[in-house]
Formats: sequence, C-alpha cells, structure tokens
Amino acid sequence: MTTQEETTISAVISILVENESGVLARVIGLFSGRGYNIESLTVAPVEESRHQSRINVVTSGTPQVIEQIKAQVGRLVPVYRVSDLTALGPHVAREMALVKVVSSGEARTEALRIAEAFRARAVDTTATSFVFELTGATDKLDSFIDLMRPLGLAEVSRTGVAAIVRGPRTI
Amino acid sequence: MNATPNLNDLKPNTRAGAGDVVLSGAEVLLRVLVDQGVEVIFGYPGGAVLPIYDALFRQNAIRHVLVRHEQAAVHAAEAYARSTGKVGVVLVTSGPGATNAVTGLVDALMDSIPVVCFSGQVGVPLIGTDAFQEADTTGITRPATKHNYLVRRAGDLARVAHEAFYIARSGRPGPVLVDLPKNLTVGPAPYQPAPRTAHPSYRPRTEPDREAVARAVAAMKGAKRPLFYTGGGIINSGPQASEALGRLVRMTGFPCTSTLMGLGAFPTTDRQFLGMLGMHGTYEANLATHGCDVLVALGARFDDRVTGRLDAFSPDSFKIHADIDPSQIDKIVRVDVPILGDAGRTIEMMIEEWARQSATPDNAALAQWWQQINAWRGIRSLHFEQDMTPSAIIRPQYAVRRLYELAMETGRDTYVSTEVGQHQMWAAQHFQFDRPNRWLTSGGLGTMGYGLPAAVGAQIAHPDALVIDIAGEASTLMNIQELGTIAQYRLPVKLFILNNQYMGMVRQWQELLHGSRYSESYSAALPDFVRLAESFHARGMRATCVGELDDVIRAMLAEPGAVVADISVAQDENCYPMIPSGAAHNQMLLGPEQDGEVTVSAEGRMLV
Repeated sequence: MTTQEETTISAVISILVENESGVLARVIGLFSGRGYNIESLTVAPVEESRHQSRINVVTSGTPQVIEQIKAQVGRLVPVYRVSDLTALGPHVAREMALVKVVSSGEARTEALRIAEAFRARAVDTTATSFVFELTGATDKLDSFIDLMRPLGLAEVSRTGVAAIVRGPRTI
Repeated sequence: MNATPNLNDLKPNTRAGAGDVVLSGAEVLLRVLVDQGVEVIFGYPGGAVLPIYDALFRQNAIRHVLVRHEQAAVHAAEAYARSTGKVGVVLVTSGPGATNAVTGLVDALMDSIPVVCFSGQVGVPLIGTDAFQEADTTGITRPATKHNYLVRRAGDLARVAHEAFYIARSGRPGPVLVDLPKNLTVGPAPYQPAPRTAHPSYRPRTEPDREAVARAVAAMKGAKRPLFYTGGGIINSGPQASEALGRLVRMTGFPCTSTLMGLGAFPTTDRQFLGMLGMHGTYEANLATHGCDVLVALGARFDDRVTGRLDAFSPDSFKIHADIDPSQIDKIVRVDVPILGDAGRTIEMMIEEWARQSATPDNAALAQWWQQINAWRGIRSLHFEQDMTPSAIIRPQYAVRRLYELAMETGRDTYVSTEVGQHQMWAAQHFQFDRPNRWLTSGGLGTMGYGLPAAVGAQIAHPDALVIDIAGEASTLMNIQELGTIAQYRLPVKLFILNNQYMGMVRQWQELLHGSRYSESYSAALPDFVRLAESFHARGMRATCVGELDDVIRAMLAEPGAVVADISVAQDENCYPMIPSGAAHNQMLLGPEQDGEVTVSAEGRMLV
C-alpha cells in the first residue's frame, strides 16, 4: 500500500451506529474483508431512545491504514460517527476480566494475595477455586493473568475494551 | 418501450385514508418504483417473487425485461444505468436467483454503478430453517453491495424501497439489494411516499471545499508540466460534468488522459487528449503521468491497472485528488490536495477559481511540455501494420478501427459494450468516444460475460441507437444465452466477436510470464457462431480475411435486426503497449520486438 516504511501503531476506534440487525456484521466483515486487525471488540446499545449502539475496536496498523479504517467504516450507511480516540488525545480505555483459578494450599493463598494487590474481587469462591473480577487497562489485566498462570489459572473471560475521551469532549 | 406509462392503477392516492383499498406488499413495491421514475426492470421470476410478478402482470407503468440468467439482469441494469444516468433495477428470486446476481452486484460495486436489486426471500417464519431456495442473501451480498436490507416488517417495505434508490444514486453510486420475504409481498403493506427528511446516518458530501479547490488551482496555474487524469466519477456525475471538464481542459490548455472507466468524458479525438493511461495505455499518456509536475486526478481512484509500480508512480508530481468517497483519498497514493465532493461540482469550482485568481497558464513551459508530449506521440504506440492483401489475416486492432470508422459513417448515436480481455483493450484504444455514457465496460471487477447483457440494457434504454458488443469468443460464451433475450425483444444488438480462438489476455500473460505454456487458454470446441446466431433468430456473419472485413461490417451495420459477426483474427496478436506487472510507467513494452526484454520481477509475478 504505502511507498515508505512506517511503524505500526495501536488505535482505539469508537463507532456510533444505528442499532439495526446486521450492523455488527457489516463492521467486522469490513475489517476481515480488507485485512485489518481486530485486537478487541465491544458492542452495546448506548442511546436506547435513538437506537444507537457503540462499537469499540482496538486495532493496529500504519497511520495510513488507521486512516483507511476510519474512512472505510465511515462510509457504511448505518454509521453515524467514527473516531480514533488515540488521535483525539487522552482517553480512558478499560476492560473487565473474569478469571477462574483452581488451586489449593500455598498457590491458593498467593492467588488471593495478588488479587488483593490488583484490587480484583473474588465474585465466586469454592474450596478449590476462585472467580476474580478485575477491571482496568488491558496491560493490567494481562499482567494479572500472567501472574495467575502458575497459580492454577483455569479459564479467562474478557470483555474487550470500552473507551471514552477524557474531559468534556465527546466523539 | 412503453414511452407513456399508464400510471392510473399505481398512482398514489393523495386522499388515502380509512376505507381505501388495501394494497399488497407487491403493489406497494411497484408504487414506489413508479414514484422513483422506474420504467424498466430486468429480471427473472421464481417462487419467492411470484407475488411481485403477479402485480407486474396487472399494470402497464413498468416494463419488465426477461433475461436468461440473473447475472445478465444485473449487467443489463448496469448498462441501462451507465447509458442513461438513471438507477438500473433488477428483480430476482430467492436462493439461486440471488446468488446468480452476486457477480453483477460486485461488478456494479467496483465500477460505482447505481443499481437496485430486489430479491425474493422465503417467508419470515421460514428464514433460518434451510427452506427450499433459501439463502442468506443479505449475508452473502453484504460485501457485494453499497448497502443491503432484509425487510422484516410490512411497515418498513415502502420506506426501505425508497431509501434503496436514494442510497444507490447518491454520493458514490453503487448497488443496493433489498431482500423481500414472500409473506410481506403477499400480505397487506402500508404505502408511503419518499421521505422528505434527511437520512439519519448516511450524509454523502457533494459540495467541495472552496479552500481546497483554491489551493488546487494555485498549484495548477504554477504548473510547468500539468496533467489531468480523469476517471469514471466524471461520467457518474452526469453529462454536465463532462461538459465542464471540456471547458476546464480547454481554458487551461493542459493535456488530459483518462482511465478505462472515464473514456468519453473528454472527447478522445481531441488534440488535448493523450489516450488512456495505465497497463495498456498510450506511451504519451503514461510518460506524461510519469513526468508531470502537477497531476490533477478527477473522479479516479489510482487503480493498480493505472499506477503500475507504486513507488515509481508519477514520482515528482504535486498531486491533487478530487473524489466523492473519502476512503479513496490516500488509499493507494498520498496526495497533496484532497478535494472531497462531486466531480462535476469540483470541476465547475475549479473553473470559477481559475477565473477568480485570474490565472494564466505558464505558456512557455506548457509549450515545452506539449513539445515533449508530441515527441512521445511520435512513437505511435498504438500503431499496427495491417497487410492489405485480400486474403491476409485480420489484425484485431484493424477490425476495431474499421468498425469505428464504418459505424461513424452511419452517423448514428453509437453505444459500445465489451467483454473482458484483449478485445476490451483494443476497443478502448481504437474505438473513439466523443461523448460520455457511450462506453460500457467492466473495469474494476473485469467480468467476462459483461458485454452481451450490457448491450441488452443499452439497447432497451436507447431503442433507436446503434449498440455494439465488441467481444472475444471466450468471454461472450459466458453469457451467450442472452441471445434469447435479444431475440425475444427484437433488439438490434450487434455482437462483434474478435475470434482468435484463445482467451487472448490469458494467452498473452502465459507467453510473457510462463514460458508460452498455454495452460487451458485455448478455446477448444467453439460453436459455429453463424449457426448459433441463426438458432437464436439473429443474422450470422463471418469474415476470415481482410478482403471480407468491410463487407461484413457494412452488412452488420445495415441489418435492421440482431447480428452475430464472427471475425477471425490473428491468433498470436498481443495487446500493446503494455506495462508489465510490477513495472513503472517509463518501462513500457511497445511491441513484440521487445518481448525478449521482459524481465518481470519476482514481485511482479505475484501481481494479477
């Protein structure tokens, strides 16, 4: 595509769409059809009265590819707005994980201690397992999960990133 | 043609209220079509669209043209749209009807042709049950259309049908599909007129930013080696855009080249026209693109057939790019001044700005530039030698030349469609188009089998015009069944086959890139096209040598009905000039004498 070497950057793209059937398929079909990356994806209605949903996509590519993603998504008929939050300035990006750890003895105590340090909540507890709930930036969740690995990590469920611009601005 | 539609049975009743006759979904659909000015539908019936066909039977406002394959319905609608500026309309049934239409829809998407395709669907309660002739049509056509809909409620039918037309024709035009479950067309549905409010999320921008246009004009007036590079967007914008382009090119004195899709926007016989650019473009067009200092791209999208090797594309130019679609800006080539908007409005604003800035071109530099261009022209890159001995083999370029010259002698308004391959490039190089909307070809998708149904669509739209499909024998066999449509409607279409008994472009690439190993590219077991024509109630003609060519063309043009002319041409002819894949504009092959010099890079071999 591009005539000069460029570095790959990560971007959080927020898309406001008409909440109609097939709209998510349009957006993700565009990503796969044009070979764009999807690192994480969240979607939920955000303005029930106006029937709008918000899709947040974490993607990566050269700055030119990120521009293309915005332009290509922007021309989908049910899309109201597309914003690259990374380019808009400071933003908050959070995701939630449910992490199941099955262990006993020393490992179990250690898992609980680390969970406290990460401010993860145990939302389910049995004699042999915990389910921790943890919210935060993606890299925080990644390190928590890494630390749980030797301590009986059994299963992970993550939401993907929800993101919003800091301050009074909106997309 | 039903020139004067009888609208009585479909006209919306402005005093509609309780107690009025309840319309079925199918009747509502036809009302919407009448509201949208539809006069012709191309289609093929089937179980899921029977209610719509029944409603069609009981009215006279809309004419239905029965094609012989759903792919052909879409190509015919594309050519109807391309040659009239209206939206082409298609009606197909569910399942195979819709899947057969997919190639046509992608073709329309790639070439930005406004088409609305209505497809039948199994009833809403049956969707998802693998019912007979059920397919996930909206799923399949999502990447094949500009937008598509599955209508799930009768109350949405009229609104969605109106919206489909608006989306197909506005902004960057394209195909829109509306999937209609059978129970909704059978059952009652409320009629609604076209909405007057703006679409909530789809707001295409057509008016260019004056500041951007002013910057473009400032660069243009300082240019020493400028070039207009024009594309299909100008044709889509309408005839007034082509007229404005003519004024802009003449007032600036700049040279002008065009993409395949843009041919005819600026007269191809004009001295300021350099011919088509790109892979099979002229030497002067490509060298001018390579050497220009200001490149003004209008309604063109830097397709890979145009640019060749990207890092060597027009390396020293200041680039201006006007396009209605924001996603085309900086997609392939980075530009210095992007202008978002309709091509015609952009050109008109450039003319205004040129006057406002009291711009005068740098005439001394321009004279030098034209001198250089004329030197390139002197190479005569489209030149060919035809042996005029009556028994000599016909060269395909000569056949197209003579077809053009003899067609012009008739003085008739002439529309040319093509299939895809060598003959298409020879048609683009040697037929001349001095007006827009007369050239109908499959550019982006490169769909073999486009030309014959396209000729059907053009002839339906222009019953009195001369419509010629310049074809190859391999391509045209892909939709040859449309000779049946041509017979049914007595369309005087001329199918002009350059028959070299090869998939010529495949053979050419195999010769240049694969050691002349002609794997599966020979057209074995060809039909006798003369007898094939006769079996479809058309006239068949054949020319096998130069001495027969003019007589066959004259007889074909004089024939009041449909003709299939089988022209035997040189089998080993290659299409030149050519930029081999992966090469730059200044590395063109001019003719077979240079074939030995072809060094296609490993990267080039991987390109299509």
